[in-house]
Amino acid sequence: MAATTTPPADAPAGRVMRFDGVERALHWVNAALFLALLFTASILYVGPLSAAFGRRELIRQIHVWCGLALPVPLLLAVAGRWGSALRADVRRLNRWDDDDRRWMRSFGRDPFVKLDKFNPGQKLNAAFTVGTMAVMLVTGSVMNWFHYFPVDWRTGATFVHDWLAVIAFVVVVGHIGTALADPDALRGMVRGWVPARWARDRRPRWDYSLRKAPTTRT
Amino acid sequence: MEGTGTPVGRRVFLGMLGVGAAGVLFGAKAQDWMERVLAPLTARDGTGLSTFLPVGRFRIYSVVGDLPHKSAAEYRLDVGGHVQQPLQLTLADLRAMRPTRLTRDFQCVTGWRVHDVHWAGVRLADVLDRAGVKDGARGVVFRSFDGAYTETLTMNQARRADVIVAYEMEGKPVSTAHGGPVRMYVAPMYGYKSCKWLQAIEVTNTNPPRGYWEVRGYDVDGFVGKSNGRDDNPTS
Repeated sequence: MAATTTPPADAPAGRVMRFDGVERALHWVNAALFLALLFTASILYVGPLSAAFGRRELIRQIHVWCGLALPVPLLLAVAGRWGSALRADVRRLNRWDDDDRRWMRSFGRDPFVKLDKFNPGQKLNAAFTVGTMAVMLVTGSVMNWFHYFPVDWRTGATFVHDWLAVIAFVVVVGHIGTALADPDALRGMVRGWVPARWARDRRPRWDYSLRKAPTTRT
Repeated sequence: MEGTGTPVGRRVFLGMLGVGAAGVLFGAKAQDWMERVLAPLTARDGTGLSTFLPVGRFRIYSVVGDLPHKSAAEYRLDVGGHVQQPLQLTLADLRAMRPTRLTRDFQCVTGWRVHDVHWAGVRLADVLDRAGVKDGARGVVFRSFDGAYTETLTMNQARRADVIVAYEMEGKPVSTAHGGPVRMYVAPMYGYKSCKWLQAIEVTNTNPPRGYWEVRGYDVDGFVGKSNGRDDNPTS
Protein backbone atom coordinates (compact mmCIF):
# COMPACT_ATOMS: atom_id res chain seq x y z
CA MET A 1 0.00 0.00 0.00
CA ALA A 2 2.73 2.42 -0.95
CA ALA A 3 0.20 4.91 -2.22
CA THR A 4 -1.47 5.50 1.12
CA THR A 5 1.66 5.45 3.29
CA THR A 6 3.52 7.99 1.20
CA PRO A 7 3.36 11.32 3.07
CA PRO A 8 1.73 14.11 1.10
CA ALA A 9 4.89 16.21 1.17
CA ASP A 10 6.63 13.45 -0.72
CA ALA A 11 4.15 13.62 -3.57
CA PRO A 12 5.73 15.89 -6.18
CA ALA A 13 3.92 19.12 -6.75
CA GLY A 14 4.06 17.76 -10.26
CA ARG A 15 1.87 16.42 -12.88
CA VAL A 16 0.44 13.13 -14.06
CA MET A 17 -0.06 12.37 -17.72
CA ARG A 18 -3.71 11.52 -18.36
CA PHE A 19 -4.27 11.67 -22.13
CA ASP A 20 -1.65 11.42 -24.86
CA GLY A 21 -1.65 13.53 -28.02
CA VAL A 22 -3.62 11.02 -30.08
CA GLU A 23 -6.39 10.86 -27.50
CA ARG A 24 -6.59 14.64 -27.17
CA ALA A 25 -6.57 15.15 -30.94
CA LEU A 26 -9.35 12.57 -31.31
CA HIS A 27 -11.40 14.20 -28.56
CA TRP A 28 -11.20 17.69 -30.03
CA VAL A 29 -11.71 16.68 -33.67
CA ASN A 30 -14.71 14.65 -32.52
CA ALA A 31 -15.96 17.59 -30.47
CA ALA A 32 -15.66 19.92 -33.46
CA LEU A 33 -17.62 17.50 -35.67
CA PHE A 34 -20.30 17.00 -32.99
CA LEU A 35 -20.72 20.76 -32.57
CA ALA A 36 -20.86 21.30 -36.33
CA LEU A 37 -23.51 18.56 -36.59
CA LEU A 38 -25.58 19.94 -33.71
CA PHE A 39 -25.30 23.47 -35.10
CA THR A 40 -26.37 22.53 -38.64
CA ALA A 41 -29.04 20.22 -37.21
CA SER A 42 -30.51 23.13 -35.23
CA ILE A 43 -30.73 25.22 -38.40
CA LEU A 44 -32.43 22.39 -40.28
CA TYR A 45 -34.79 21.51 -37.44
CA VAL A 46 -35.81 24.74 -35.64
CA GLY A 47 -38.22 26.72 -37.84
CA PRO A 48 -37.13 30.28 -36.91
CA LEU A 49 -33.44 29.33 -37.37
CA SER A 50 -34.24 27.80 -40.77
CA ALA A 51 -35.85 31.05 -41.84
CA ALA A 52 -33.01 33.19 -40.42
CA PHE A 53 -30.17 31.23 -42.06
CA GLY A 54 -31.72 30.05 -45.32
CA ARG A 55 -29.19 28.25 -47.54
CA ARG A 56 -30.95 25.02 -46.61
CA GLU A 57 -29.33 22.80 -49.24
CA LEU A 58 -25.84 24.03 -48.28
CA ILE A 59 -26.53 23.47 -44.57
CA ARG A 60 -27.89 20.01 -45.34
CA GLN A 61 -24.76 19.11 -47.30
CA ILE A 62 -22.45 20.31 -44.51
CA HIS A 63 -24.49 18.21 -42.08
CA VAL A 64 -24.28 15.09 -44.26
CA TRP A 65 -20.53 15.45 -44.91
CA CYS A 66 -19.73 16.06 -41.23
CA GLY A 67 -21.83 13.00 -40.41
CA LEU A 68 -20.00 10.82 -42.91
CA ALA A 69 -16.65 12.09 -41.56
CA LEU A 70 -17.59 11.43 -37.94
CA PRO A 71 -16.30 7.84 -37.60
CA VAL A 72 -13.04 8.51 -39.47
CA PRO A 73 -10.99 10.12 -36.65
CA LEU A 74 -12.00 7.40 -34.17
CA LEU A 75 -11.13 4.59 -36.58
CA LEU A 76 -7.79 6.22 -37.49
CA ALA A 77 -6.88 6.82 -33.86
CA VAL A 78 -7.82 3.38 -32.57
CA ALA A 79 -6.41 1.35 -35.45
CA GLY A 80 -2.78 2.42 -35.69
CA ARG A 81 0.33 1.73 -33.62
CA TRP A 82 -0.13 5.21 -32.17
CA GLY A 83 -3.41 4.17 -30.55
CA SER A 84 -2.10 2.04 -27.68
CA ALA A 85 -3.02 4.56 -24.96
CA LEU A 86 -6.45 5.03 -26.51
CA ARG A 87 -7.05 1.29 -26.74
CA ALA A 88 -6.08 0.86 -23.09
CA ASP A 89 -8.52 3.65 -22.14
CA VAL A 90 -11.30 2.08 -24.24
CA ARG A 91 -10.85 -1.12 -22.20
CA ARG A 92 -11.04 0.87 -18.96
CA LEU A 93 -14.13 2.77 -20.17
CA ASN A 94 -15.87 -0.47 -21.08
CA ARG A 95 -15.55 -2.28 -17.75
CA TRP A 96 -17.55 -1.59 -14.60
CA ASP A 97 -16.68 -2.98 -11.16
CA ASP A 98 -18.34 -2.83 -7.73
CA ASP A 99 -16.93 0.63 -6.99
CA ASP A 100 -18.49 1.95 -10.21
CA ARG A 101 -21.87 0.54 -9.25
CA ARG A 102 -21.63 2.00 -5.74
CA TRP A 103 -20.62 5.36 -7.21
CA MET A 104 -23.60 5.24 -9.55
CA ARG A 105 -26.07 4.28 -6.81
CA SER A 106 -24.87 7.13 -4.57
CA PHE A 107 -24.68 9.64 -7.44
CA GLY A 108 -20.95 9.98 -6.76
CA ARG A 109 -21.38 10.84 -3.06
CA ASP A 110 -20.23 7.56 -1.45
CA PRO A 111 -16.90 8.58 0.19
CA PHE A 112 -15.55 5.02 0.31
CA VAL A 113 -15.62 4.47 -3.43
CA LYS A 114 -12.13 4.24 -4.94
CA LEU A 115 -12.33 5.09 -8.62
CA ASP A 116 -10.01 3.94 -11.39
CA LYS A 117 -9.10 6.30 -14.25
CA PHE A 118 -12.71 7.13 -15.18
CA ASN A 119 -15.88 7.66 -13.19
CA PRO A 120 -19.03 5.82 -14.34
CA GLY A 121 -20.50 9.00 -15.76
CA GLN A 122 -17.49 9.31 -18.05
CA LYS A 123 -17.85 5.64 -18.96
CA LEU A 124 -21.52 6.08 -19.84
CA ASN A 125 -20.74 9.21 -21.82
CA ALA A 126 -18.09 7.38 -23.86
CA ALA A 127 -20.40 4.44 -24.63
CA PHE A 128 -23.29 6.76 -25.43
CA THR A 129 -21.11 8.84 -27.75
CA VAL A 130 -19.92 5.84 -29.75
CA GLY A 131 -23.45 4.40 -29.83
CA THR A 132 -24.82 7.74 -31.00
CA MET A 133 -22.24 7.93 -33.77
CA ALA A 134 -23.23 4.47 -35.06
CA VAL A 135 -27.01 4.95 -34.83
CA MET A 136 -26.90 8.45 -36.33
CA LEU A 137 -24.69 7.29 -39.19
CA VAL A 138 -27.07 4.45 -40.09
CA THR A 139 -30.35 6.37 -39.68
CA GLY A 140 -28.92 9.44 -41.38
CA SER A 141 -27.87 7.29 -44.34
CA VAL A 142 -31.40 5.88 -44.64
CA MET A 143 -32.76 9.44 -44.60
CA ASN A 144 -30.25 10.68 -47.18
CA TRP A 145 -30.56 7.71 -49.55
CA PHE A 146 -34.24 6.98 -48.81
CA HIS A 147 -34.93 5.81 -52.37
CA TYR A 148 -33.16 2.54 -51.65
CA PHE A 149 -35.22 1.68 -48.56
CA PRO A 150 -38.86 0.84 -47.78
CA VAL A 151 -40.96 3.93 -47.18
CA ASP A 152 -41.63 2.94 -43.55
CA TRP A 153 -37.89 2.78 -42.85
CA ARG A 154 -37.57 6.41 -43.82
CA THR A 155 -40.21 7.34 -41.27
CA GLY A 156 -38.58 5.11 -38.66
CA ALA A 157 -35.09 6.42 -39.35
CA THR A 158 -36.31 10.02 -39.12
CA PHE A 159 -38.04 9.15 -35.85
CA VAL A 160 -34.86 7.64 -34.34
CA HIS A 161 -32.57 10.37 -35.74
CA ASP A 162 -34.76 13.16 -34.32
CA TRP A 163 -35.16 11.72 -30.83
CA LEU A 164 -31.52 10.70 -30.48
CA ALA A 165 -30.48 14.18 -31.65
CA VAL A 166 -32.54 15.77 -28.87
CA ILE A 167 -31.03 13.37 -26.31
CA ALA A 168 -27.50 13.89 -27.66
CA PHE A 169 -27.93 17.66 -27.43
CA VAL A 170 -28.82 17.34 -23.73
CA VAL A 171 -25.92 14.94 -23.09
CA VAL A 172 -23.39 17.21 -24.85
CA VAL A 173 -24.59 20.21 -22.84
CA GLY A 174 -24.26 18.11 -19.67
CA HIS A 175 -20.78 16.93 -20.72
CA ILE A 176 -19.58 20.51 -21.27
CA GLY A 177 -21.19 21.56 -17.98
CA THR A 178 -19.46 18.89 -15.89
CA ALA A 179 -16.15 19.63 -17.64
CA LEU A 180 -16.39 23.34 -16.80
CA ALA A 181 -17.24 22.44 -13.22
CA ASP A 182 -13.94 20.52 -12.84
CA PRO A 183 -11.17 22.67 -14.37
CA ASP A 184 -8.42 20.19 -13.43
CA ALA A 185 -10.14 17.40 -15.35
CA LEU A 186 -10.81 19.76 -18.25
CA ARG A 187 -7.12 20.75 -18.38
CA GLY A 188 -6.34 17.04 -18.56
CA MET A 189 -8.08 16.94 -21.92
CA VAL A 190 -6.58 20.24 -23.07
CA ARG A 191 -2.93 19.85 -22.02
CA GLY A 192 -2.75 16.15 -21.33
CA TRP A 193 -1.76 16.24 -17.68
CA VAL A 194 -3.61 16.66 -14.38
CA PRO A 195 -2.18 17.77 -11.01
CA ALA A 196 -0.83 14.78 -9.05
CA ARG A 197 -3.11 15.89 -6.20
CA TRP A 198 -6.19 15.53 -8.44
CA ALA A 199 -5.20 12.00 -9.48
CA ARG A 200 -4.59 10.99 -5.85
CA ASP A 201 -7.88 12.45 -4.55
CA ARG A 202 -10.26 11.83 -7.39
CA ARG A 203 -8.93 8.69 -9.12
CA PRO A 204 -7.02 6.84 -6.34
CA ARG A 205 -6.85 3.44 -8.01
CA TRP A 206 -5.58 4.96 -11.24
CA ASP A 207 -3.02 6.92 -9.22
CA TYR A 208 -1.94 3.72 -7.49
CA SER A 209 -1.53 1.88 -10.77
CA LEU A 210 0.66 4.74 -12.00
CA ARG A 211 2.90 4.49 -8.95
CA LYS A 212 3.54 0.87 -9.84
CA ALA A 213 4.67 2.00 -13.29
CA PRO A 214 6.67 5.16 -12.56
CA THR A 215 7.76 5.71 -16.16
CA THR A 216 4.40 7.32 -16.92
CA ARG A 217 5.05 10.11 -14.41
CA THR A 218 6.72 13.31 -15.43
CA MET B 1 -8.33 -3.08 -13.36
CA GLU B 2 -8.23 -3.46 -17.10
CA GLY B 3 -10.00 -6.44 -18.58
CA THR B 4 -12.02 -7.26 -15.47
CA GLY B 5 -15.49 -6.25 -14.41
CA THR B 6 -18.73 -6.13 -16.35
CA PRO B 7 -18.53 -4.83 -19.93
CA VAL B 8 -21.28 -2.24 -19.38
CA GLY B 9 -19.92 0.02 -22.12
CA ARG B 10 -20.28 -2.69 -24.73
CA ARG B 11 -23.82 -3.44 -23.51
CA VAL B 12 -24.82 0.24 -23.74
CA PHE B 13 -23.39 0.37 -27.28
CA LEU B 14 -25.11 -2.81 -28.44
CA GLY B 15 -28.32 -1.79 -26.67
CA MET B 16 -28.37 1.49 -28.55
CA LEU B 17 -27.86 -0.35 -31.85
CA GLY B 18 -30.77 -2.67 -30.96
CA VAL B 19 -33.12 0.14 -29.96
CA GLY B 20 -32.07 2.11 -33.03
CA ALA B 21 -32.78 -0.81 -35.36
CA ALA B 22 -36.17 -1.42 -33.70
CA GLY B 23 -36.89 2.29 -34.06
CA VAL B 24 -36.17 2.20 -37.78
CA LEU B 25 -38.39 -0.86 -38.29
CA PHE B 26 -41.28 0.15 -36.01
CA GLY B 27 -40.74 3.91 -35.74
CA ALA B 28 -43.56 4.63 -38.18
CA LYS B 29 -46.04 3.11 -35.71
CA ALA B 30 -44.34 4.66 -32.68
CA GLN B 31 -44.34 8.06 -34.34
CA ASP B 32 -48.06 7.78 -35.06
CA TRP B 33 -48.77 6.81 -31.45
CA MET B 34 -46.70 9.68 -30.08
CA GLU B 35 -48.36 12.20 -32.37
CA ARG B 36 -51.70 11.15 -30.93
CA VAL B 37 -50.69 10.84 -27.26
CA LEU B 38 -47.91 13.40 -26.78
CA ALA B 39 -48.87 16.17 -29.21
CA PRO B 40 -51.98 17.21 -27.21
CA LEU B 41 -49.83 17.33 -24.05
CA THR B 42 -47.00 19.37 -25.58
CA ALA B 43 -49.57 21.79 -27.03
CA ARG B 44 -50.47 22.74 -23.43
CA ASP B 45 -46.86 23.15 -22.27
CA GLY B 46 -46.43 26.76 -21.19
CA THR B 47 -42.61 26.79 -21.24
CA GLY B 48 -42.39 26.25 -25.00
CA LEU B 49 -39.46 23.87 -24.47
CA SER B 50 -41.47 20.93 -25.77
CA THR B 51 -41.71 22.59 -29.18
CA PHE B 52 -38.15 21.33 -29.65
CA LEU B 53 -39.31 17.72 -29.25
CA PRO B 54 -39.89 15.86 -32.52
CA VAL B 55 -43.63 15.55 -31.90
CA GLY B 56 -46.51 17.40 -33.52
CA ARG B 57 -44.31 19.80 -35.45
CA PHE B 58 -43.74 20.74 -39.04
CA ARG B 59 -40.43 20.01 -40.75
CA ILE B 60 -39.49 22.76 -43.16
CA TYR B 61 -38.54 21.35 -46.54
CA SER B 62 -37.36 23.31 -49.54
CA VAL B 63 -35.96 21.94 -52.80
CA VAL B 64 -33.77 25.01 -53.45
CA GLY B 65 -30.84 26.52 -51.57
CA ASP B 66 -32.65 29.30 -49.76
CA LEU B 67 -36.11 29.82 -48.37
CA PRO B 68 -37.62 32.05 -51.07
CA HIS B 69 -39.00 35.31 -49.71
CA LYS B 70 -41.62 37.74 -50.96
CA SER B 71 -43.32 40.41 -48.90
CA ALA B 72 -47.09 40.60 -48.68
CA ALA B 73 -46.99 43.94 -50.54
CA GLU B 74 -45.00 42.72 -53.54
CA TYR B 75 -46.81 39.40 -53.80
CA ARG B 76 -48.71 38.59 -57.02
CA LEU B 77 -50.53 35.43 -58.06
CA ASP B 78 -50.75 34.77 -61.80
CA VAL B 79 -53.68 32.72 -63.05
CA GLY B 80 -53.47 31.79 -66.70
CA GLY B 81 -53.32 29.10 -69.34
CA HIS B 82 -56.56 27.67 -70.69
CA VAL B 83 -58.77 30.43 -69.23
CA GLN B 84 -60.95 33.19 -70.63
CA GLN B 85 -59.51 35.98 -68.49
CA PRO B 86 -55.90 35.67 -67.21
CA LEU B 87 -55.58 37.28 -63.78
CA GLN B 88 -52.94 38.80 -61.63
CA LEU B 89 -54.13 38.85 -58.02
CA THR B 90 -52.62 40.70 -55.07
CA LEU B 91 -52.88 39.42 -51.52
CA ALA B 92 -55.59 42.05 -50.95
CA ASP B 93 -57.53 40.70 -53.96
CA LEU B 94 -57.43 37.21 -52.46
CA ARG B 95 -58.47 38.44 -49.02
CA ALA B 96 -61.41 40.29 -50.59
CA MET B 97 -62.76 37.00 -51.98
CA ARG B 98 -65.06 34.67 -50.03
CA PRO B 99 -62.84 33.04 -47.36
CA THR B 100 -62.80 29.34 -46.57
CA ARG B 101 -61.57 27.95 -43.27
CA LEU B 102 -60.38 24.38 -42.80
CA THR B 103 -59.05 22.49 -39.79
CA ARG B 104 -57.29 19.33 -40.89
CA ASP B 105 -54.32 17.10 -40.08
CA PHE B 106 -51.21 17.74 -42.17
CA GLN B 107 -49.56 14.48 -43.24
CA CYS B 108 -46.11 14.26 -44.79
CA VAL B 109 -45.16 11.38 -47.03
CA THR B 110 -42.00 10.99 -44.89
CA GLY B 111 -44.21 10.05 -41.96
CA TRP B 112 -44.76 13.03 -39.68
CA ARG B 113 -48.24 14.37 -39.08
CA VAL B 114 -49.41 17.55 -37.41
CA HIS B 115 -52.91 17.34 -35.99
CA ASP B 116 -55.65 19.95 -36.37
CA VAL B 117 -53.92 22.71 -38.31
CA HIS B 118 -56.11 25.76 -38.94
CA TRP B 119 -56.02 27.13 -42.48
CA ALA B 120 -57.73 30.08 -44.14
CA GLY B 121 -57.78 31.01 -47.79
CA VAL B 122 -59.82 30.99 -50.95
CA ARG B 123 -61.19 27.93 -52.67
CA LEU B 124 -59.14 27.12 -55.74
CA ALA B 125 -62.48 26.55 -57.51
CA ASP B 126 -63.45 30.18 -56.81
CA VAL B 127 -60.15 31.45 -58.24
CA LEU B 128 -60.61 29.29 -61.33
CA ASP B 129 -64.21 30.51 -61.78
CA ARG B 130 -63.04 34.11 -61.54
CA ALA B 131 -60.63 33.51 -64.43
CA GLY B 132 -63.20 31.46 -66.32
CA VAL B 133 -61.91 28.01 -67.23
CA LYS B 134 -62.42 27.25 -70.94
CA ASP B 135 -64.00 24.02 -72.15
CA GLY B 136 -61.65 21.11 -72.50
CA ALA B 137 -59.49 21.98 -69.47
CA ARG B 138 -57.83 18.85 -68.06
CA GLY B 139 -55.64 19.90 -65.18
CA VAL B 140 -53.95 22.60 -63.15
CA VAL B 141 -50.24 23.28 -62.73
CA PHE B 142 -48.88 25.16 -59.72
CA ARG B 143 -45.55 26.97 -59.90
CA SER B 144 -43.54 28.13 -56.93
CA PHE B 145 -41.52 31.36 -56.90
CA ASP B 146 -38.64 29.25 -55.53
CA GLY B 147 -38.02 28.73 -59.26
CA ALA B 148 -37.98 24.93 -59.12
CA TYR B 149 -41.06 23.40 -57.52
CA THR B 150 -44.15 22.47 -59.49
CA GLU B 151 -47.25 20.50 -58.60
CA THR B 152 -50.40 19.44 -60.42
CA LEU B 153 -54.01 18.44 -59.84
CA THR B 154 -56.65 17.10 -62.18
CA MET B 155 -59.62 19.40 -62.83
CA ASN B 156 -61.88 17.26 -60.60
CA GLN B 157 -59.36 17.37 -57.75
CA ALA B 158 -58.88 21.12 -58.20
CA ARG B 159 -62.61 21.76 -57.80
CA ARG B 160 -62.87 20.01 -54.43
CA ALA B 161 -64.11 22.17 -51.55
CA ASP B 162 -61.07 21.22 -49.40
CA VAL B 163 -58.49 22.51 -51.88
CA ILE B 164 -57.62 26.13 -51.10
CA VAL B 165 -55.20 28.91 -51.97
CA ALA B 166 -54.10 29.57 -48.38
CA TYR B 167 -52.95 32.87 -46.87
CA GLU B 168 -53.44 32.08 -43.19
CA MET B 169 -52.13 29.22 -41.06
CA GLU B 170 -52.88 28.86 -37.34
CA GLY B 171 -54.57 32.26 -37.32
CA LYS B 172 -51.55 34.16 -38.69
CA PRO B 173 -50.31 35.02 -42.18
CA VAL B 174 -48.51 32.00 -43.66
CA SER B 175 -44.84 32.52 -42.75
CA THR B 176 -41.95 32.33 -45.20
CA ALA B 177 -40.88 28.98 -43.78
CA HIS B 178 -44.35 27.53 -44.31
CA GLY B 179 -44.61 28.76 -47.90
CA GLY B 180 -46.02 32.26 -47.42
CA PRO B 181 -47.29 34.75 -48.20
CA VAL B 182 -49.53 32.43 -50.24
CA ARG B 183 -49.39 28.67 -50.72
CA MET B 184 -51.64 25.83 -51.81
CA TYR B 185 -53.30 23.61 -49.24
CA VAL B 186 -54.64 20.36 -50.71
CA ALA B 187 -56.24 18.87 -47.62
CA PRO B 188 -56.84 15.25 -48.74
CA MET B 189 -53.31 14.71 -50.06
CA TYR B 190 -49.76 14.36 -48.77
CA GLY B 191 -47.89 17.58 -48.10
CA TYR B 192 -45.84 17.51 -51.30
CA LYS B 193 -49.07 18.14 -53.26
CA SER B 194 -49.49 21.52 -51.52
CA CYS B 195 -47.16 23.82 -53.42
CA LYS B 196 -45.46 26.39 -51.18
CA TRP B 197 -44.51 29.97 -52.23
CA LEU B 198 -47.25 29.87 -54.87
CA GLN B 199 -46.53 32.11 -57.83
CA ALA B 200 -48.69 30.88 -60.67
CA ILE B 201 -51.70 28.69 -61.39
CA GLU B 202 -51.89 27.46 -64.97
CA VAL B 203 -54.87 25.61 -66.43
CA THR B 204 -53.94 23.04 -69.09
CA ASN B 205 -55.96 21.46 -71.84
CA THR B 206 -53.73 18.40 -71.83
CA ASN B 207 -52.79 16.10 -68.98
CA PRO B 208 -50.49 18.26 -66.86
CA PRO B 209 -46.76 17.34 -66.78
CA ARG B 210 -45.66 15.54 -63.64
CA GLY B 211 -44.65 17.71 -60.69
CA TYR B 212 -41.27 18.05 -58.98
CA TRP B 213 -41.60 15.01 -56.71
CA GLU B 214 -43.64 12.92 -59.12
CA VAL B 215 -40.68 12.97 -61.53
CA ARG B 216 -38.66 11.65 -58.56
CA GLY B 217 -40.95 8.74 -57.78
CA TYR B 218 -43.91 10.03 -55.75
CA ASP B 219 -47.46 9.21 -56.84
CA VAL B 220 -49.31 11.79 -58.96
CA ASP B 221 -52.59 11.16 -57.11
CA GLY B 222 -51.21 11.73 -53.61
CA PHE B 223 -54.25 10.89 -51.48
CA VAL B 224 -53.31 10.30 -47.84
CA GLY B 225 -53.49 6.60 -46.99
CA LYS B 226 -54.14 5.52 -50.60
CA SER B 227 -50.85 6.29 -52.32
CA ASN B 228 -47.07 6.05 -52.05
CA GLY B 229 -47.40 2.63 -50.39
CA ARG B 230 -48.61 4.15 -47.13
CA ASP B 231 -51.66 3.41 -44.98
CA ASP B 232 -52.06 6.61 -42.92
CA ASN B 233 -55.53 7.69 -41.81
CA PRO B 234 -57.11 9.98 -44.40
CA THR B 235 -56.85 13.70 -43.60
CA SER B 236 -59.97 14.94 -45.35
